[in-house]
Amino acid sequence: MDILQRIAKIVEGNQVVLFMKGTRMFPQCGYSSRASAALYDVCKDAEFFDVFSDIEIYENLPRYADWHTFPQLYINGELIGGCDILMEQFENGELKEMVKAAATQA
Amino acid sequence: MSSHLQTVIQQQLESTFSPLSLELIDESHLHAGHGAKGGHYKLHIVADAFSGKSLLQRHRLVYDALNDLMNSEIHALSIQAKTPSEMERLP
Repeated sequence: MDILQRIAKIVEGNQVVLFMKGTRMFPQCGYSSRASAALYDVCKDAEFFDVFSDIEIYENLPRYADWHTFPQLYINGELIGGCDILMEQFENGELKEMVKAAATQA
Repeated sequence: MSSHLQTVIQQQLESTFSPLSLELIDESHLHAGHGAKGGHYKLHIVADAFSGKSLLQRHRLVYDALNDLMNSEIHALSIQAKTPSEMERLP
């Protein structure tokens, strides 16, 4: 399978997925650490994908949605943004609403 | 210390957005020694160009404006992009 198809499968196969550096328990970067903690707070069953666990995904995810940094949050297949956007929407309550809306859509 | 890179970033943002306010903080020292190349910056920018744009679109506009630098000198850029009317609503 083509790498972009493989990424699409992960993005579309999970309602809420955060691609991050390291794991939620052992994040390898401050941005991934903050983003994963905030996301976990509002969505316990989100998928947390460690990009270092699959170097092909690490190298190709930036061109999937033309977004060049990690972490990257996708909800219902759509790129929401990176750490700053996630944190801003966490703090103003939007993230919780988006996650809730995604769950009812399914 | 304001580095040459910081000046270049500011100039590119000013010419692209004509911002009402722009603050660029060099946070590279906070990340020293974690092995990453390039600078870490935090940006607060207020500009009309962000009106009617989602956060994602705003970030894309900033990344596009700094395109050449994002691929080389800048390792991480934390962005807060607001419109003038959003600033007025803040307490």
